[in-house]
Order: sequence, then structure tokens, then C-alpha cells
Amino acid sequence: MNVFELTTLVGVISLAAGFLGALTGLGGGVVITPVMVLALGVDLHYAMGAALVSVIATSSGAAAAYVREGFSNIRIGMLLEIATTTGAICGAYAAAKISPSFLAVVFGAVLLQAAWMSTRGHAATLPNQPDDPLANRLRLNGIFPATDGPRSYKVSHVKAGFSLMFVAGALSGLLGIGSGALKVIAMDRVMRIPFKVSTTTSNFMIGVTAAASAGVYLNRGYIDPGLTMPVVLGVLGGSVLGAHWLPRAPTKVLRRVFAVVVCALAVEMIYSGITGRL
Amino acid sequence: MQMALNDQEIDRIIGALLRFGVVLSAAVVAAGGIWYLVQFGTRAPGYHVFRGEPEYLRHLGGLVTGVRGFNCLGIIQLGLVLLIATPVARVAFTVVAFALARDRTYVAITLFVLAVLLFSLTGLVSG
Repeated sequence: MNVFELTTLVGVISLAAGFLGALTGLGGGVVITPVMVLALGVDLHYAMGAALVSVIATSSGAAAAYVREGFSNIRIGMLLEIATTTGAICGAYAAAKISPSFLAVVFGAVLLQAAWMSTRGHAATLPNQPDDPLANRLRLNGIFPATDGPRSYKVSHVKAGFSLMFVAGALSGLLGIGSGALKVIAMDRVMRIPFKVSTTTSNFMIGVTAAASAGVYLNRGYIDPGLTMPVVLGVLGGSVLGAHWLPRAPTKVLRRVFAVVVCALAVEMIYSGITGRL
Repeated sequence: MQMALNDQEIDRIIGALLRFGVVLSAAVVAAGGIWYLVQFGTRAPGYHVFRGEPEYLRHLGGLVTGVRGFNCLGIIQLGLVLLIATPVARVAFTVVAFALARDRTYVAITLFVLAVLLFSLTGLVSG
């Protein structure tokens, strides 16, 4: 296989991943790394570097569309970015010290968690929540446009959410992913922020977190322009197509199919890590 | 709270900023990519073993040299750095928006995030 053939193949895979990622809400970057490592024999660090940059592309592209709808909460996002960006730098720093076999096992575990999350729904109505004085002091409580007019919400468990965000950031830097699934858990389940606000704020945070990791990756030489080029362009193109097709797509079926694919990749990553094939 | 810019205006500017960053970087990456394939398309790829990128593709200073020399990999990398810089620009703009709203706490919070991003990008914490 020469450079042209490999570039075309990686571009087509990335297009499909970006397309499915946009339709299922899982993000495309997360499947690209295992596919490149397992099927194409690309070194894990190069694959992580390429996928990480593509995560920034989809995050910024999607945020440009969401931002006008008024769902995301910039205060919550910025406060939690303190945790995710410092976590990301710690993770990216650790990625060089940890053996690829161990990284592969952690990657597999994160994939399993993301697949499990994508098949589960979210709590539609939230139970009464304890007021967090810290949320009042930092003015995190906000308003979002619900179908029946503006609705206000309160934020709880700020410290627990903040800690979980540090972990999400560290995993992002360690594995070159957006860790959107964990970010949504921290905001939706722990801080009890409305789901729509959690997902859009998480999407905005993914780009900033990934940018923090990407700086370290760039300086470390993980970001190869020849390999990253088809990944970024493919994922970007795929996610634009996916967003267009989204209103007519059978998302429930797709989500289930994609979850199965992600699970298979997760098992294969863990197996490869344990048997030391990486 | 007095806002110099209202929320809709801020959202509109952020949306435009993100779109501009993504489109510009994709165009630069695509241009460099076509050139790269024309030049090196028939070579054998070498991604099985990690060697790390050459020095000029790792630092902003080196990139400038690569782009000036019309190096196709340098041009792709410039596009990728523009993409990485897009969320950083968004954070920088948010500092300004909070400053105009005289929200000192959030100016400090956002400046901290911006500092972490700039430290990472300039290679001061690459170790």
C-alpha cells in the first residue's frame, strides 16, 4: 500500500466515522484510533494524534451551529475548563510515560463506557435537587429555551462535577479523545444540569480540552500531517453530511449498531493490549 | 449587570469565529494535502513504528520556516495548528466578553484557562 492508497482508505474510514458519530452523538474520533491501530497497523501515538485533532474539528463545527440556540452555559463551561484543561495536560504528559499496551486497555474500557452511555436514555425529569451555595456564588444557575418557553435551572454538586471533569480531561489527554460521554455524565447526572444544556456545553468544552492536549501532542511529535490530513477532512465532511441527514435518520437503530461496533473495537483493543500485540 | 455586548451578539460573533476557523483550516489542510499526495503519493507510508515528527513540524517557529519554504507537510501542519487555535481564540474572545461585562471572577477564570492553553501550545509544558 502506498501513501495515496493509505490516505484514501483513512479518508473513507474517517468519513464514515464522522457520519455515524454525528448521527449517534458519540463523536467520530473515538472509533478512528482503534480502527487505524487494529486494522491498518498504525502506531498508537500517531493514531491518537490524528484523532485528537479531528475531535477539535467536529467540536468547533458543531458548536458553530449550536451556539445560536442559546443552550450552552458559558460560565459552567469556563469554570469546568479549569479542571479539564489541567487534566488534559497531565494526561497528555502521562501518555508518553505509559506503555501502549496499558493505554490500549484503558482505551477499551473508555470505549465500553461510551457505548453503554449511548444506548441509555437520560432522566427526563430531575428530582428535587439540593442547592449548592457554590453554584449561587459563582452564578452558574441559568435559563434555557425549553419548548414551553424559557425555563430556569439550578446546578448542584459543583465540587464533585469539577473533580470528575479533571478525570475527563486526563483521559482526553491520555488517549487523544474528546471524552464527551464522561463530560455529559458529570454535568447531567452529577451536577443535575438539563440534558440539552449538558450536551451543548460539553461539546464546546471538548474543543477547548482537546486543544490543551493537542499542544502537548504537537510538541511531542504525535501529530503527523500526512496521516492527520485525511482524518480531519474525512471526519469533518462526514459530520456535516450526518448533521444534514439527522432529521430523517433512524437514529435508534443506528445508535444500537454503532454501540455494537464500538463494543467490538473495545474488546479487540483490550485483547491486543493484554496480549502485548501493540 | 451591564453588558456592553448582549448575549445574542456574543453568540453570533463566537459562531462566526468558529466557522471561520474551521473553514480556513480545512482549506489550508486540503491545499497542502493535495500537494503532498502529488509529491509523495507513490511512496511507502511509515506509520507502523513511532519515530515522532521532525523538529520543524513540532514548533510554531519551525512551522513558519516550513511554510516559507513551501514544504507541503509544513502547510498541512499550519492548517492543523489553525484548527487547534480556533477554540483558543474562542476562549480569548470570552475573556474580552467577560471583561466588557465587568465580571471579574470570570475574567480571572477564563484567563487561567487561556494561560493553560497557551502554555501547552507554546511547548512550555511539553517536558
